[in-house]
Amino acid sequence: MTTSTNGNRLAEDTIIEINDLKIYYPTDEGVVRAVDGVDFEIKQGETLGVVGESGCGKSTVGRAVLNIIDKPGRVEEGEILWRLPDEREVDITTLDPNSRLMRAIRGAGIALIFQEPMTSFSPLHTVGNQIGEAIRLHTDLSEQGIQDRSIELLQMVGIPNAEQRLKEYAFQLSGGLRQRAMIAMALSAEPQLLIADEPTTALDVTTQAQILELLRQLQEENGMAVILITHNLGVIAEMADRVVVMYLGRAVESGPVEDIFYNPQHPYTQGLLRSIPSIYTRSVERLPSIRGTIPHPFNRPSGCTFRPRCPNYIEGVCDRNVPEFQPLEGTNQMVSCFLHHPPEEVGTSG
Amino acid sequence: MAEETIDQTESYIAERRNLLDVQNLRKYFPITRGFLKRVIGHVRAVDDVSFTIQQGETLGLVGESGCGKTTTARCIMRAIDPSSGEILYRTEDGQVLDIGAIGKGPLRELRKDMQMIFQDPFTSLNPRMSLLDIVGEPLLVHGERSMRVRSERVAELLRLVGLRPEYMRRFPHAFSGGERQRIGIARALALNPRLVVADEPVSALDVSVQAQVINLLSDLQEQLSLTYLFVAHDLSVVRHISDRVAVMYVGKMVELAETEEIFNNPKHPYTSALLQSVPVPDPKVRKETFVLEGEVASPANPPAGCYFHPRCAFRVEICSEETPEFVEDSPGHWVACHRAKELDLAGLSGSTSQYGSASFDGGNE
Repeated sequence: MTTSTNGNRLAEDTIIEINDLKIYYPTDEGVVRAVDGVDFEIKQGETLGVVGESGCGKSTVGRAVLNIIDKPGRVEEGEILWRLPDEREVDITTLDPNSRLMRAIRGAGIALIFQEPMTSFSPLHTVGNQIGEAIRLHTDLSEQGIQDRSIELLQMVGIPNAEQRLKEYAFQLSGGLRQRAMIAMALSAEPQLLIADEPTTALDVTTQAQILELLRQLQEENGMAVILITHNLGVIAEMADRVVVMYLGRAVESGPVEDIFYNPQHPYTQGLLRSIPSIYTRSVERLPSIRGTIPHPFNRPSGCTFRPRCPNYIEGVCDRNVPEFQPLEGTNQMVSCFLHHPPEEVGTSG
Repeated sequence: MAEETIDQTESYIAERRNLLDVQNLRKYFPITRGFLKRVIGHVRAVDDVSFTIQQGETLGLVGESGCGKTTTARCIMRAIDPSSGEILYRTEDGQVLDIGAIGKGPLRELRKDMQMIFQDPFTSLNPRMSLLDIVGEPLLVHGERSMRVRSERVAELLRLVGLRPEYMRRFPHAFSGGERQRIGIARALALNPRLVVADEPVSALDVSVQAQVINLLSDLQEQLSLTYLFVAHDLSVVRHISDRVAVMYVGKMVELAETEEIFNNPKHPYTSALLQSVPVPDPKVRKETFVLEGEVASPANPPAGCYFHPRCAFRVEICSEETPEFVEDSPGHWVACHRAKELDLAGLSGSTSQYGSASFDGGNE
């Protein structure tokens, strides 16, 4: 399995393809490279897990797909290919964020659910009002039709007393119900792709299990693809078909979920997996940890950005060259690490 | 139990080497309404909780948001006054004090013994104070006037938590989340406490940094013979660090046992549900998902009988009528469930796949 050809056409079953995406934030103190080279594609009905720690750019990628990057951030390079209902392909990065086309893609094509449902609902409007608005934008239903559709949506995401709940405000709902309402709103125009940015991070474990189950069930019913952005490897293992691991704005490894968990190739993925305590056993006295901390965005290391924390750091190689993200022979994974792909011109420095 | 005099309890505590003995602790917050602030009800944040913490152990306190675990911790710190109940604490010279009822003067002395580590390292450190001020403040409050002595002690503390003493003139903004949490830990250790209450100390940190802080806490416990009350919701972290685990649900303690016992052999349906709900970082364990239906009850208006009964798959008639007692079901294993004896609940033992670092090594060829 390889990525589709250099981006001009999407493969038959691919619904979105991101190629070498770079998003920079020019600030007074310097340029923050929030996303600095990310490639992936998503197939119909698939769940792609994007995992990484704070500052790795995983949320920025999600926002870029919807073309809602906060100022002063801008797409520096790369493309996001998306297929419109009429089979035309567009590069989302080239669209005006406020254009009619972009607004049609949002909601009807791609929808987003956020981590904190409390702050993503308006406190001044009822839940019904807000879901109704989303429906109104994408359909030409009558007011009665909108009302019926809203109730149907709330029932679909498992909210009891849907009719009553529509008249309530977001603060009157519990965390779990609020996240369900959020999902109902996102699904109102039946998107082909749902971006879930840390959808369960603010929730308790029992509620988290409910929401994950709901997402899985909805996906089965209407076959949408999901980008699941999270830092929780447990959630990834439970939900994702394929995984992209990000570190400091770059994709460092990607592949099928089982390969990533059982046969991780990048030292960062390996370290990340080792450092989570197991819930099954009382592990050994000390947890293996990744040394050091995530560098400050203004203070990015040269070469491979993971090198100061890497146990396999090769002096003269990792600090001088930037590893390329490329397929690893004999596996289904892609990885950017000199352990697997030694740079060609480095023979001299050894 | 409640009529027991302090003297009797004292011998009881000494015998079991208990550092802390919490009995029938309650904390009700009034709900008021209107101009006159009439009290129209109470939020039973902590509702009749009893447990002990032994010298040198780590007690993990788990539960979902709103279950009262933080309120319990705050009562023990006497950051808030409990509504009723006793919090008996054995001091270094063997005295037994009730933290909940102690006067201002002795309480001030006692505060040296008990310190707290907070969840969010970004809000728990004053951005306008240098590390020297932050970590040295407890010393200043407790009468250490000499700047030289203070800065020596701060240097020592910073080394202890793995930071460079040269950093003591810097301000918190210069540090990452994990480093800030180390600063918070150094501050908590400044007065040589015996009991450290850690309220979700790693949940705000990135995964790769969490392990470092957990290791640090374990090392410090060994070096300084600390006793931890470890409040957390992440069960895998709790399993790693705790000797015993207590589970709370809507202000009540539902189960308390040794870590291995409670994970392998839970006796309360809620504990079992909690364990089953945790997503496991192993794609092969993608079991038929367990989903606990319903919502957490409101502590202002809890259901009759067992608070968990509306969500419980094993409920019988008695569950909606009588509140179960928190009793010792087998030695050291306390549970509050009418059916504890008869139920055989799923724990996490005997799970199929056990993946650890070993499975990585084959990969690199």
